[in-house]
Amino acid sequence: MARNGPVALIFHTLVVLFMLAPLAIVCLVAFTPENTLSLPTRGVSLRWFQAVFAHPDFVQSFWNSLWLALLAATLSVVAAVPAAIAITRYEFRGREFLNALFLSPLIIPHLVLGVAMLRLFALVGATGSFGWLVASHVVIVTPYVMRLLIAAISGFDRSVEQAAYSLGASDATVFRRVTLPMILPGVTGGWLIAFINSFDELTMSIFITSPSTVTLPVRMYMYATESIDPMMAAVSALVVALTAVAVLLLDRVYGLDRVLVGQH
Amino acid sequence: MSAVAASPAPDPPAAPRPRAVPHLLAGPATLLFAALVLTPLILTALLSLNEFEYATGRAHGFTLAHYAAVLGDPYYLEIFLRTFRVAALATGICVVIGVPEAYVLSRMRRPWRSVFLLVVLAPLLVSVVVRAFGWSMLLGPEGPVNDVLAVLGFGKKRMLYSEGTVVVALVHVMLPFMIIPVWTSLQKLDPAVEQAALSFGASRATAVLRVVAPQILPGILSGSLIVFGLSASAFAIPGLLGGRRLKMVATIVYDQYLSDLNWPLGAAVAVILLAANLIVMLTYHRVVEGHYRKRMG
Repeated sequence: MARNGPVALIFHTLVVLFMLAPLAIVCLVAFTPENTLSLPTRGVSLRWFQAVFAHPDFVQSFWNSLWLALLAATLSVVAAVPAAIAITRYEFRGREFLNALFLSPLIIPHLVLGVAMLRLFALVGATGSFGWLVASHVVIVTPYVMRLLIAAISGFDRSVEQAAYSLGASDATVFRRVTLPMILPGVTGGWLIAFINSFDELTMSIFITSPSTVTLPVRMYMYATESIDPMMAAVSALVVALTAVAVLLLDRVYGLDRVLVGQH
Repeated sequence: MSAVAASPAPDPPAAPRPRAVPHLLAGPATLLFAALVLTPLILTALLSLNEFEYATGRAHGFTLAHYAAVLGDPYYLEIFLRTFRVAALATGICVVIGVPEAYVLSRMRRPWRSVFLLVVLAPLLVSVVVRAFGWSMLLGPEGPVNDVLAVLGFGKKRMLYSEGTVVVALVHVMLPFMIIPVWTSLQKLDPAVEQAALSFGASRATAVLRVVAPQILPGILSGSLIVFGLSASAFAIPGLLGGRRLKMVATIVYDQYLSDLNWPLGAAVAVILLAANLIVMLTYHRVVEGHYRKRMG
């Protein structure tokens, strides 16, 4: 294979620096002992991390986001597995429409979904409800789950299922013992990418959270527009660390390049 | 769930035994999407046609005044133009950086290729608030970029709250969306074709321009489309880096809904944004499909 020349490698290094610079500075500034946003040139301190854990608003928002993401990812997988099976294995009227509908949140701006949900919630009296917030997050993470599941289900050899049937297994047994294990990487990969997307979602959530259901990204956005101190950097560093763990997990379970780039 | 495997037909698409099975399987998801995607969008489209009373905050009746106001008022026109300009600029820069980067990545050797693909794509999964905050520190008055400028003798520059800063941060957020489709089309490319061009005496540049570029053009187009659509509706980046003065479409919708409380006007802006997005996407789909059909003969 042809090799990259020196110009190409310099260009590549600059791109990598550009991609990592904002994350790196956030993580560095989080350790500053000063009261202002500054690099920790005179010693390292954990005081701003302590400040985060002592700040009830951030702590509550973190738990809100965690529960929200756990519930939204789980419910999304539960709804998407049968729907993906219907779309990949059956020929029925409206199949194309449903496929497009389930993927539609990818091309509808989250801003538009946010104001639309706000209107619906106002009309049904659900403003500020955590349950409805979960449901709205299920909607925006389902396209990611659906894509991985459709790839997993259409990619596997059905003769294994038929072998199980011919040996007398029931429908339930075949699903539990054959189908599910074979699509499991798709299911767990989908769950993780759904979790990450729900945990990070800002633009839609900012319209439909109430003071008691504020999520971590919304809290951070509000905090950053009002005051700037190193606590914001400490929260950001914690979010970067958490995302890194989830990304490594996702890479182990499914392969990050497969999730982001698709099958190859 | 047990009905799932009820059709042990040789190959999908299988003829289902009971006709209701796929509808039952897709039922819960369909209900959810009908209730939380279709219904709210229809309600918002209707809301944008309601009259709004500032005194009571009630919305009722029928009017096209909000659309007239948004499309006719120079204030809104300027915001739409600015959003369009910023999104177009971010898209252009993403093409200029993302396409060569995808090409360089695709020519790397085994372990490095996947390592750097992860390094370049993983920031996609970090909250956009964190990345916007990172840029506000990098480009802030006391930030490292200003320090470097001062050392080089350019003097400190006020960079926050300008279109340039918004564009830089948008490029950072959107670059993975450009690299992914270009990378995918590079994977489908047969390296032997480029080698053939070189062995027939084509220069490096000619081989890239005449052989590689035309084949990855669909990837570049689809990347540009995603980047443009996401940039035009981006909220956190202009919200945090544009400040109060540099309004874009997303921040104006936010203001109308949560500060001015003029929901019908905000709804009209949202509907226009959605319509513009869908028109661009569907036109692209047409063009690319037509292009491929022609090439297939």
